[in-house]
Amino acid sequence: MTPQDFDYLRQLLRQRSGLVLSAEKQYLAESRLLPVARKHGFVGLAELVAKLKAAAASPLSVEVVEAMTTNESFFFRDKVPFEHFRLTILPALMAARAREKRLRIWCAACATGQEPYSLAMSLKGVGPALAGWRVEIVATDISTDVLAKAKAGIYNQFEVQRGLPIQQLVKFFSQVGEAWQIAPEIRAMVSFRALNLLNDFSSLGTFDLVFCRNVLIYLDQETKIGVLNRLARQMPSDGFLVLGAAETVIGLTDAFKPMADRRGLYVPNTPASKAAPVSNVLRFAVKA
Amino acid sequence: MKNCLVVDDSSVIRKVARRILEGLEFEIVEAEDGEQALDACKRHLPDAILLDWNMPKMDGYEFLRSLRKLPGGDKPKVVFCTTENDVAHIARALHAGANEYIMKPFDKEIVEAKFQEVGLI
Repeated sequence: MTPQDFDYLRQLLRQRSGLVLSAEKQYLAESRLLPVARKHGFVGLAELVAKLKAAAASPLSVEVVEAMTTNESFFFRDKVPFEHFRLTILPALMAARAREKRLRIWCAACATGQEPYSLAMSLKGVGPALAGWRVEIVATDISTDVLAKAKAGIYNQFEVQRGLPIQQLVKFFSQVGEAWQIAPEIRAMVSFRALNLLNDFSSLGTFDLVFCRNVLIYLDQETKIGVLNRLARQMPSDGFLVLGAAETVIGLTDAFKPMADRRGLYVPNTPASKAAPVSNVLRFAVKA
Repeated sequence: MKNCLVVDDSSVIRKVARRILEGLEFEIVEAEDGEQALDACKRHLPDAILLDWNMPKMDGYEFLRSLRKLPGGDKPKVVFCTTENDVAHIARALHAGANEYIMKPFDKEIVEAKFQEVGLI
């Protein structure tokens, strides 16, 4: 790939998805985009880039963005966020929403679905305490390809062995040939939608909990700030935000603040939250 | 340093498992079948056992049932590692006291994830 073609791709990706591709990532672009070029019968990447330049708003550009966005995911990835969910977030939200018995959760970059399904399995594990509750998990991703896989809920043997305890596999999956499919009752708990975080997402409504992990690391500073500030507008003052292990709000925005002793967990930094909820949350966590 | 008994009738699998587990800082003892493994456990109970199912003399399932009856035999964490990749076998293994289950083929990431799952790492 010529330096000019690579620069064009970097610019396109940044505009379309916010993805920042550093100069040394040319190998990544080549390895991800060569299959796209072959699929369309192009001789090489030069022809692919030429077609993109001729029609930047074409379906081809969507395919290019999808091929370049990272889709690595596994069940209960990093463990700690799911411990926060079980021990801190859920007890606090169940106490705060005891009257309306309604929770809305958003997985903002769900890739192939392991994260929302891990949350759904955790919710099943709560048992009768959630009887009568309406819990909605909305899972979004920029890539329609990964969303199709996520909706099907079918995973190969390697995927189900990375992070998923064997008891959960037996309990929530059935075998489909060599693969494993997650149970219909777990699939029914999650609704999947295509969404680009760079675009307006206010129509999704408000969420008590947002999992937005391992997305911000791929975005430039300005885009990160924009996404975080818009997330804050979609959350109540006693909501929770979970970021990836390598991500933070510090130095980016005052819309959220980190929770003490809860790595990766953030709460809206509103006047109301300053007054009470954090201490409430800690009290419920101790009770749990 | 924790120790792990690797039980498999395939020397290739034992070699691969040894390399992975030594990389995770385990001291390795090997056994070729359930009988050898049971003798080894009677001499010294390991922290972990990576266990094949189908083996000559005594298979992994019978070994596990015998192990759990030994004094202190409930202590070792047993991770099956087998080509028996169906729910019925997994359920039998869990019922007999297996702590985790690896479906072959496996790689370092899977072994590490499963050993973490049962608190060995």
